[in-house]
Amino acid sequence: MDGALILDHLRAAFGAALVEAHDFRGDHTAVVARDAIAGVLRHCRDEAALGFDVLMDLTAVDYLVYPGREGGSRFEVVYHLYSIAHNHRLRVKVRVPEEDAVVPTVMTVWPIADWMEREVWDMFGIRFAGHPDLRRLLLYEEFVGHPLRKDYPINRRQPLIGPRI
Amino acid sequence: MAERTTREFMLGEGSGTGSGSQALHVGVGPAHPAMHGIIRIAAELDGEIITRADVEIGYLHRAFEKECEVGGWNNAIPYTDRLNYVSPLINNFGYAHAVEKLLGIEVTERCRYIRTIMAEISRVCDHLTCVGASAMELGAFTVFLYMIKAREYLWELVEAVTGARLTISYGRVGGVKADLPAGFAEMARPAFKETREVLDEVHRLLTGNRIFMDRMVGVGALSREETIAYAITGPMLRAAGVGYDVRRAQPHWAYDRVEWEVPTRTDGDNYARYLVRMAEMEQSMRIAEQALEALPGGPINVDFEGRPIDPASYVDQGKQGKTGGLLLLPITLSPNLEGQGRAAQARVNAHDKRVVLPPKETTYGSIEGLMNHFMLIMEGYGIRPPQGEAYFATEGANGELGFYVVSDGGDRPYRVRCRPPCLPPLAALHRMIEGEMVADLVPTFGSVNMIGGELDR
Repeated sequence: MDGALILDHLRAAFGAALVEAHDFRGDHTAVVARDAIAGVLRHCRDEAALGFDVLMDLTAVDYLVYPGREGGSRFEVVYHLYSIAHNHRLRVKVRVPEEDAVVPTVMTVWPIADWMEREVWDMFGIRFAGHPDLRRLLLYEEFVGHPLRKDYPINRRQPLIGPRI
Repeated sequence: MAERTTREFMLGEGSGTGSGSQALHVGVGPAHPAMHGIIRIAAELDGEIITRADVEIGYLHRAFEKECEVGGWNNAIPYTDRLNYVSPLINNFGYAHAVEKLLGIEVTERCRYIRTIMAEISRVCDHLTCVGASAMELGAFTVFLYMIKAREYLWELVEAVTGARLTISYGRVGGVKADLPAGFAEMARPAFKETREVLDEVHRLLTGNRIFMDRMVGVGALSREETIAYAITGPMLRAAGVGYDVRRAQPHWAYDRVEWEVPTRTDGDNYARYLVRMAEMEQSMRIAEQALEALPGGPINVDFEGRPIDPASYVDQGKQGKTGGLLLLPITLSPNLEGQGRAAQARVNAHDKRVVLPPKETTYGSIEGLMNHFMLIMEGYGIRPPQGEAYFATEGANGELGFYVVSDGGDRPYRVRCRPPCLPPLAALHRMIEGEMVADLVPTFGSVNMIGGELDR
């Protein structure tokens, strides 16, 4: 399905929950309200016309110092979906405010979200409500802070912890 | 005081009561001889059967995504070399293409073909390493030596083009670093021939070998549905019966102009993955050969009869105002700038002065060229994509290698995200090894082809 048609379909199905839709350089993007995100993603997978069976990527972006985004939500969690049957892609984003950085988990929709959500928690400090085992993925438990946040200085030193027995 | 049994002495209080067997916890890794990379598998065993496994990664994390945000757009290229260090060229091109997509520029025809050729050579190197190493762990050391020999022929090609074997940094936003060396097609032909001979030998040694098949057939299998649900792509998905290949599904570079097949199997076990990888190497060489055949641009035509002059006297002439015809003179380039002369530069790089460095002749010989060069190098200037974001995926050796780049309009990436192809298989590794023997962990882990550099970034 053409990207514009996918966005039309989502608009018809979810109405106001689809906050914004645009395409840039051929990548179609739907920005979805946070409460609706799990439902939208499940719909994307289960609706035959969309058929997004692969969660290709799940990541986040910290818009703290992005020009033109002052005062808006600080984070965006980004889902890249792909459909093997239809060979089309979609980017779904959800805006997350800093003071309440929680997004519902999609582990029950795609099991791969388990590790990807753990990585986003690790790097950005965004929690995923309903995730049963939200440990850090790449860093160690004693690490202080979330390094991909824009206010984390790249040269910060972390305590050495020695071998664990 | 009750007398302690030997069992209690070995295993602690209360364990000698004969209340049945206990689960044994075994930590495999992070540094284990049968591990291709450093990860830790905390396994719980019942006898020799793995009942539960927890995979821990992150031992090779080096803040790739954070480091990319510090330098200019082209400064991230050397970091991408270190993602999948067995096939670094694919990472280079994938990242460069993602930035080009964000910029909205097209590379030249010749560059598309060069990227196709070099990416396919890298893919063969990657599969050779993967198959060779996993065969070695099953005792087939000969196969490992043969395959490393074949990889050596291909790495010599990589070395001839990029000047390095591993830290190649050959891709550039808007093109590639240098043109292919003269006579590259003639160099590639015997290398492919040798590789094919090795593949044939390996087929005779392994495919159908009783010991190898006993260890591989039916081991580490993952169903089609689960493979998709875990977002596994590449050879492992194709071994489970899904013919998804980014090169075929969303053709880029020159993949839609050459004839090739997407090999698939249906069993989804280690043996099917081995067969898919073996078949893909042949297809990759097919692609590379056809692309070399069709490589547009032909030999470089030097339109000047005289001798090239050295850069210092070139600059001197310019300073003295003897600029008449100066820009037509060729200069002697240092060996590490080979293939970056004016003619070569124009053929492999996009014609966009906001993105691509001017050729050295122009930089040395004209003020416009010098300014252009500085504007791309100076901090705060450089390549400045418009505000926005782009995702570009190419087929890495292990599956879909995606780069998601976000620009705030400045000369540094606002965010670079690499979708590592071998993270999903590792996330699903516990599904492949639970319920199987400890010894089967080794071939399964080998078939996953985990690459620490891109897994941990």
